[in-house]
Amino acid sequence: MTTSPHVSVRDLRKQYGDFAAVDGVSFDIHAGETFALLGPNGAGKSSTIEILEGYRDRTSGEATVLGVDPQRGGIAWKARLGIVLQSSGESGNVTVREQLAHFAGFYPNPRDVDEVIAAVGLTEKARVRIRSLSGGQQRRVDVALGVIGRPELLFLDEPTTGFDPEARRDFWELIRGLKAEGTTILLTTHYLDEAAQLSDRAGVIAGGKLIDIGAIDEIGGADARIPVVRWTDQNGAHEERTTEPASVVARLLSTTGIEPTALEVRRPSLEDVYLELVAAHTERQKSTAEKSTAEKSMAEKSMEELERSL
Amino acid sequence: MTAAAATQKLGLRRTLRLGASRITYEVKTYFRQGDSVFFTFLFPLILLTVFSVAFSKGSFGTTADGAKVAAADFYLPAMLAVGLLLSGLQNMSIDIATEKSDGTLKRLGGSPLPVLSYFIGKIGQVIATGILQSALLIIVAALAFGVSLPTEPVKWLTFAWVFLLGVSTCAVLGIALSALPRSGKTATAVIIPITLILQFISGVFINFSQLPDWLQNFASIFPLKWLAQGMRSVFLPDSFKALEMGGAWNLGGVAIVTAIWLVVGLVACCLTFRWIRKDS
Repeated sequence: MTTSPHVSVRDLRKQYGDFAAVDGVSFDIHAGETFALLGPNGAGKSSTIEILEGYRDRTSGEATVLGVDPQRGGIAWKARLGIVLQSSGESGNVTVREQLAHFAGFYPNPRDVDEVIAAVGLTEKARVRIRSLSGGQQRRVDVALGVIGRPELLFLDEPTTGFDPEARRDFWELIRGLKAEGTTILLTTHYLDEAAQLSDRAGVIAGGKLIDIGAIDEIGGADARIPVVRWTDQNGAHEERTTEPASVVARLLSTTGIEPTALEVRRPSLEDVYLELVAAHTERQKSTAEKSTAEKSMAEKSMEELERSL
Repeated sequence: MTAAAATQKLGLRRTLRLGASRITYEVKTYFRQGDSVFFTFLFPLILLTVFSVAFSKGSFGTTADGAKVAAADFYLPAMLAVGLLLSGLQNMSIDIATEKSDGTLKRLGGSPLPVLSYFIGKIGQVIATGILQSALLIIVAALAFGVSLPTEPVKWLTFAWVFLLGVSTCAVLGIALSALPRSGKTATAVIIPITLILQFISGVFINFSQLPDWLQNFASIFPLKWLAQGMRSVFLPDSFKALEMGGAWNLGGVAIVTAIWLVVGLVACCLTFRWIRKDS
């Protein structure tokens, strides 16, 4: 029971008419793991996460969430999940505390309401109506509602949109606390530093397909992580990718004897790796599209020739 | 797993407990919305005031002992029926359609709240506000406009069942109708014409007996005409039954037609209600 993954997805597909929003995605999320699903807007992240939350039905493939098919998840199943949706827009005629106390009542073993309010940094706003809060503060209420039921599995769909940098750091602390308690987390975010800070593994999704998956410090492959040495001399700016940056720097100094200006050694961040992955994918898509149009025009040409010869 | 087993075991008791918690929540949020309180809660009272003042010179017939029936006497039962329609059907359907489009239902749908508890909350809110609304109407009619209230217990018994049957039917139909508007923004435009036309053809603004026969027959398909008739049987002198279709209060008809709509509404709710429109 404990060894089976909390989320298991096999060849998941979601078709809207002719458009495949999710096109054969497979991955597992193990108990206690934080998994980030990354990808550009419209790549299929939200469709995937909403299928797993039980909001959408898949077209084909398999999905298991906490041992249950999300299309058939009942009340008992929902009681083990926490969901922070991408957008929320309720009128919010109740106070922060009223809302959380009300939702806490839905769950068999909820967290303490005031502790959750404190954890999202809203203690001073606890008696304020949600509609009077700022956008970032309302987002914190969403997060609080997602964790109030002490979920085994927490879905966070772009949770920190609208947060200021300080609030984002606080949020990271909150998530680390949940991780320490053993909560499994599926996170989507556009902030790659956030994904790097919080997750153990990540999957990159583009055009409905999973183009890479792996541990957060391995994704993109070893080559994508080769450090870059940059410096400037009288001939202008230079850049060199090398697995031995220290030797490059030593060589620079020994050959010229002059301290190079603007010297830096940088390891590609998750953001660099991610952007490269997505760009490479777009490039591949383009070339296959060109190839298929080229093939099509070839076929048309030969048809014309055929007709002419007749 | 133990938590899952516990939730399942509690079953109906949990559903009812959460239903009660939803009623408190719904009533609280209802009265915090200034505009809906004005347009649905106080609206029948405002109409009663307007009609009673505007038609204060008019005569609406006489009682058996020759006393004049005033505008306020005439409009009190009509406004009680309108109140049921507005708080039950109109407010409920617009409210749910709005909750559907602003994400409230999506959030609730992702939580372990049973659909039935949500319905209990909605219907409970309508009953609670309906009781307050009717009490307010009756008190103002009696104190401000001198409407004499019935003293026979049997009349109040009739009032109680017509009220309860009417309010439940309107609430259930409101839930069913909330599936009609595509978004919260269009909800008012879709729902209000339906309830407005219903009010005109059901004889709550205009004396029902003055409507053409075919329209009376058509209006008899819908519950509002019957609810108004039931309320008239409580508050108007018995001699006024001569003005009704068939010259009788026909309380059996009131019960049957309203109950049919209650069942139709319940079936429609079960068939059409979804937390979210999947795949829209």
